[in-house]
Amino acid sequence: MSLDASLSIRVNGEHRRVPDGSSVAEMVGLLGLDPLRVAVERNLEVIARSTLGQVCVEDGDDYEIVHFVGGG
Amino acid sequence: MNAPKSVQADSWSVAGRTFTSRLIVGTGKYKSFEENAAAVKASGAEIVTVAVRRVNIADPNQPRLTDFIDPNTITYLPNTAGCFSAEDAIRTLKLAREAGGWNLVKLEVLGEAKTLYPDMRETLRATEVLVKDGFEPMVYCVDDPIAAKQLEEAGAVAIMPLGAPIGSGLGIQNRVTIRLIVEGAKVPVLVDAGVGTSSDAAVAMELGCDGVLMNTAIAEAKDPLLMARAMKAAVEAGRLAYLAGRMQMRRYADPSSPLAGLI
Repeated sequence: MSLDASLSIRVNGEHRRVPDGSSVAEMVGLLGLDPLRVAVERNLEVIARSTLGQVCVEDGDDYEIVHFVGGG
Repeated sequence: MNAPKSVQADSWSVAGRTFTSRLIVGTGKYKSFEENAAAVKASGAEIVTVAVRRVNIADPNQPRLTDFIDPNTITYLPNTAGCFSAEDAIRTLKLAREAGGWNLVKLEVLGEAKTLYPDMRETLRATEVLVKDGFEPMVYCVDDPIAAKQLEEAGAVAIMPLGAPIGSGLGIQNRVTIRLIVEGAKVPVLVDAGVGTSSDAAVAMELGCDGVLMNTAIAEAKDPLLMARAMKAAVEAGRLAYLAGRMQMRRYADPSSPLAGLI
């Protein structure tokens, strides 16, 4: 934990800080993303989209946020 | 199921979903989203393969595939391209299921970068795990009738043997094994990878495959839209020829005009 009560997390391999008490949906929104258009994995566990608003971000969490891109 | 008999006869089903187009196209390697969307339209494909990748959190407002190809009208088939282990593939598909909200997926577990040949041991293991977890995997595999059988027994909803290495455009290298897989399978068989031009797609369909999946053959054509049309026609032609039942081959000539009445 840092002095300003923000949480230190990793998102897609990059370091980010979010306010303490943020839900995962809020964290995704703070990144400028629409929670309805992505899938979120937290510490190697996929979070059901319906629960993104209920799961709280914790200090040290590691997130992968993915979407569909062109591929074969 | 009230479709006319002729349409019904030429539709195919995988995991309870019915499609009329037997051409599945990839969405990689296109110059732009616009070109990609136009090629999908020209191909008549009802299913496209897509990859699952990290969003760009440094620039979250970049255009997205879903802005150009509507997942409500075109079935997105998430693929595990780029995964070299069962674990990576399973992890990717769990995310894909959450991103898309559906269980129909394409599994491919690659063995090495040089050939992009599938690792069948890992592929079979991943298939078993995914099926237990409620997925409906269409599975990319080697053109080996025994491996195909094992995948089907493990619960694969479609068998997708390669015609030649991914992106090679070499065409179907082993018609005998593709044909054997078709004969032995109770689930749809689709040639996945190796198609280079329209005749390759027609060959796959003439062998009795239920469909063909391709990406590079269209995306890397000089005119992708025209090639998409060519592939649509080839798949339809090959299918019709298969249904028609081809003539027997002969060693020597057999005249088409009657011999009787020659002057």
